[in-house]
Order: sequence, then structure tokens, then C-alpha cells
Amino acid sequence: MAYAYYEKIARINLTTGTVTVEKLDTDLAKKFIGGRGLGTKIVYDEGCATVDPLGPDNKLVYITGPLTGAGAPSSGRYMVVTKSPLTGMIACSNSGGIWGAKLKYAGWDALIVEGEAPEWTYINIVDDKIELLDAREYLGLFSEECDEKLKEKHGKDSSVLTIGIAGEKKVLLAAIMNDKDRAAGRSGVGAVMGSKKLKGIVVTASKKNADEVLASAEALKAANKDVMVNIRENGLTGGGLRALGTASLVNVINGVGSLPTKNWQESYYDQAEDVSGEALAEKYLVKAGACHRCPIACGRIVKVGDKVVGGPEYEPLWAYGANMANSDLASINEANMWCNEYGLDAISVPCTIAAAMELYQRGAIKEEDCAGAPLEWGNAASAIEWTKRMGDPKTELDWLMSSGSARLCEHYGMPEVSMAVKKQEMPAYDARGVQGIGITYATSNRGGCHVRGYTIAPEVVGLPVQLDRTVTNEKAFWSKTFQDLTAVIDSMGLCLFTSFALGAPEYTKLLNAACGTEYTPEQVLEIGERIYNIERMFNKAAGMKPEDDRLPKRLLEEPIPDGPSKGLVSKLPITLPEYYKVRGWEAAFPTDETLKRLGLDECVGK
Amino acid sequence: MIEVRLFAGLRQGREKIYHWEKGSICNVQDIMDRLGIQRKEVNILLINGFHQKPETEVRDGDIVSLFPAVGGG
Repeated sequence: MAYAYYEKIARINLTTGTVTVEKLDTDLAKKFIGGRGLGTKIVYDEGCATVDPLGPDNKLVYITGPLTGAGAPSSGRYMVVTKSPLTGMIACSNSGGIWGAKLKYAGWDALIVEGEAPEWTYINIVDDKIELLDAREYLGLFSEECDEKLKEKHGKDSSVLTIGIAGEKKVLLAAIMNDKDRAAGRSGVGAVMGSKKLKGIVVTASKKNADEVLASAEALKAANKDVMVNIRENGLTGGGLRALGTASLVNVINGVGSLPTKNWQESYYDQAEDVSGEALAEKYLVKAGACHRCPIACGRIVKVGDKVVGGPEYEPLWAYGANMANSDLASINEANMWCNEYGLDAISVPCTIAAAMELYQRGAIKEEDCAGAPLEWGNAASAIEWTKRMGDPKTELDWLMSSGSARLCEHYGMPEVSMAVKKQEMPAYDARGVQGIGITYATSNRGGCHVRGYTIAPEVVGLPVQLDRTVTNEKAFWSKTFQDLTAVIDSMGLCLFTSFALGAPEYTKLLNAACGTEYTPEQVLEIGERIYNIERMFNKAAGMKPEDDRLPKRLLEEPIPDGPSKGLVSKLPITLPEYYKVRGWEAAFPTDETLKRLGLDECVGK
Repeated sequence: MIEVRLFAGLRQGREKIYHWEKGSICNVQDIMDRLGIQRKEVNILLINGFHQKPETEVRDGDIVSLFPAVGGG
């Protein structure tokens, strides 16, 4: 055992029903760490870039990092890496809960799932035993009930990962759910599971830790103790997120006039207070929720009617709120619950409904098309109804909606209404008011996304320093640095939220303690850069074009009409060339020189 | 008139919004002093939606927003 891995990967072929055990290549782990990095290397090498994402040749890699379950703060994460059916490019969605840690405790570093099952199947893992079981009785259940039934069968110590009804129907916005309400939410990874007729993966582990694979459990314990000081002393990780969750951002981002409203036609919502983290805490919060070994506890447990369920994070709170001009907080809690129950991406689904509301405003979608749920701004009942329809589509419009805003708006001849990058919807920060995040959106390898280089931290929240959000100076550098560091965190198996308190030196310390390596922070950041570059090369092989690094025209040409950021537009035409320069890319792709510098010789000339 | 908006934990024991005549208020520090808010409690300080420092001068008609450690994503 080395590099904090069991050196065991299970390759599960659903077509043939066979399971083979392969040795994890620790040399590759040293180059790509694990999780997102190693997972991407695997799907790149195995040729997934050129396959039909919903065909049997696509592969799903469920992969841990060296720190997954290792006792470091917020270390319960796993990553799902595959080719996205939504974007046609790399998908890597990660999730917390405890499932990832249990997979590691059962003795598996990763699962590579390939082929397509002849009948609906789920995988049951009990330590080193892996079996394929009949999943038919679990079809059509909501996530919570499915989780409970599988736990009932396999024991309360098991941890359950499933797709919901949306995934079963190969909805392009389908998520993978684990531990009831945790989600690998983005890029349609749930649809890939559905295409393989794989309903779920249940894991039970006899062990309660994976200390035996650590280079030094003592060294990691000492490193944990050091970084926990940073976590505790940081206002955000040491209490701010526990108090209000990520939802506290609603008033902040609205305060800087960058809260997209009415599908980004505006960027200041005068009823933001009604749908803020403060209002959520006052009216509906039962308690904070935490993933495995997480001292931050950003999760919200809320009341929906007489049920107590996982509550909305900032993104769905915005997307079902300001972005639809909907100030009914109870409806947002409920819609978010339905996203979890159907297994849907709680960003892309409401953003697509918001785009549909703009199509309705423009007369492209008519009231008679809406089957009793008119897509009017602020119509909370319609937002809930369309969420359910998108989770279990039946009519042509249901299906169009469930395939995301890019395909929907294209269908109506108004592609500019889709607020998406690479066909994936952008999250809750207007890139006109915050210049750096626009670079992150435009260049994100998995399409519109904030957690691929969260420059909101320095540009708005002041971590680690406060930058001027309106200027372009050095934003290319910041975006690249955050993208590279994020790739490292995602590959280690840690939660990105630790980065509010920790930087490259602390992550390096944790990694070295767990793996017995002697990386410097510079080397660790270079690994992140390598990961970002191989993702880009996956996209190139998948057919990505330079013009895919873009932002919707609205952000470049329509100034924010009102509020604190009135008059601002994104200056991407200035920042994008600067970004390519700091990356060593030409026309959106790495030069051969850059690939060689990063040790990606296998990509040279491709 | 100056509008002062408080958020998250800064609301504990205080109002959400204050409207004050400018009077003797010179800068944001004066506002924080009047509300009994320490500098270390404030992570984000906005005047009219733009980040400022406690020393920044406040003018009639300004909206001053004070946030403790908040964020996420």
C-alpha cells in the first residue's frame, strides 16, 4: 500500500456482469493525486472523450482521494468522472456525505463502471466483495425512500448512492444522490448511470477508518491539528457557515448588485431579504447539517410542511428565488426538496425554468403550452410543478425543459436567452459585476460553474485578500491560481470550503503527511495545473472549439440595468487573452511546450 | 440621511436597518462605534455596493452595509 491508497480499483463491466480487480498505479497517483485528477487521467486514457456519453462505451469512474475518509477536516468526498451528456465534455461532480469515505474503508480506491446492464442493476459492496443485484424493485422511488429501502436491506451501516427517477429516464440534468440528500449534482452524471441501467451502489465497510494505508497516521494527526487552528479561527469556516450556511451570500451578492435576477435581465433583487439565509434561519431552519468529519457544517436541515429535509444552499435559493423573481421562501425549500427526490441538478433545473420564464415573457412559450403551470415570473407553484415535470418528463415540452436551457432556447430560436456556458447553466454571481468569475465561467472545463475557480472569495468575500471586483487587472492570474488549487483539493478528497481557511501550504502539509511525499506547495499547484490541462485535452479530443470558451452575449453587451453595479458589463474580451497567456495556451488549448512542461507528453500533438 | 444595513450575526440585539441623519457621522467607524460593533466583527463593508474601509468617509444618501464572516458557494 502506498500514497494513502489500497492500490485497488474494481472494474465492473455491466454488460458481462464481471468484476475485475486492478492495481492502482501509484506513479500516476503521484502525478494526478487521485479523485478528479486521477479520474480524468483514467477516462482520458480509456478513450471516453470520443464516445457517445449515453452509450455503453462511456465509463463512470467513482474515485476517492488520498485524504478521503482520512480524518482531515471535511474529508468525506468522492468524485464521479465521466463524459457529460449535457456538455459533451468532461464531467466531474463531487459529493460529500459519507459514501466516499465508506468506499475507501471497504478497501477500494475507485470503481470503474463500464458497459450497460441487460436489466436494471445495483452494485452491492461489502468490504472486498462486490456483487451485482436486481434493482427493479427500486425503480420509480424517490431518493429518500430508495435510500431507506436499500439500507433496510443491507443494514444501517451501509451507505447508499442512487440515481432518482430523473436518472432512470436519462434526463440530461440528472444528478447522482448519496446519503439521501447529498448530490454529485452537475453535468448530468445521473443520466450516464441511467444509460447503463445502474440504479445505485451500496457500500458497507467493516472498518471505520483507512489509517492503515496512511504513510503516517501520526503525521497526519499532527497536520490535522495544525490546519484545524486555521479552520477554527477563520470566521467563515469557524462559525459563519454553520450559522447561516452558504445562503448567507444572498444578501452579500445582492448587496454588490451582482445577484442575477429574472434570468440575468437584472442583477439586483429588491426582495432578496425575503429569500435570504437570514430569513431561512429565522423561519425554517431546524439545524445545521454536516458531512463526514466536517467541522464547518454548512448544510441546512429545514422544514417543508411537516417534513424535515435537506435545505437549499445558496445556489438553488438564488435560482428559484431572484432568478425567477420568486420571493416565496417556502416554495424554494419545497422545490429544492423535489430536486433531491427526483435526483436533479438544483442549479441547472431552476436556471432552465428561469430561461423558460423569459421565453414566456417574450411570447415564445405560450400559456396553452404550459398545461396549467404558466411560466410567469414569480409563479412559485409553477416552479415546483415544472421541477417535478423535469424530474419525470412525459410531454415534448417536459423533455425539452429537462434537457437544459441551451437546448430549450435553441429550440425556440433564441439561444441568447440561455445563460449557460458549454450548455451548462451558470451559477449565482453576475460576471458583469465581478470580473474574475467571468473568466472562471468561460474557461471552466465542465461548463458554467463557480466551483472550478471561486474568485468570489477574493473579489467579494475578501479571502485571502480583498480585490476590486470591477477591475480586470490580475484577474486572469487569480482565476488560474484558484482553478489549479481547486483541482488539487478535488483530487485530494477534501471539500472546497476548507479553502476559505487553508491555502496551498496547508494542503501540501496534509498531502505529504498522508502520502509520505515531499511536495512543495509550488509542486502541488503544478499538479493542479496538470489536471486542468488534461481536462482541457479531454475536451479537445471530445470536439471542443475555441469559441466554446465564451460567456452569453448578454453579459458582454447588455449592461446591468440597475442597482449597485448599474452600467457594468463583463470585460472578457480583455481578460480571456490574458488568461490564455498565463496558462500557456493558444486558441483555447495548451501548446505542446506547456504540455511537455507539465509532463503530459501523452497529449503532445493531439 | 444615511441608511445602515446589518446582516447575519450583526443583527443580534440590533435592528436590520437604521436611517440616521448624517449629523456628526464622518466615516463608517463612527457608525460602528454608535452600534457597538468591533472592527474584527466586520468582514465585508460596503458603501453603495462597493467595498470600503472603516475610515472611508460617509456622505448623505449613502447606503452602508456591514456583514460578518459570511460566504460559501
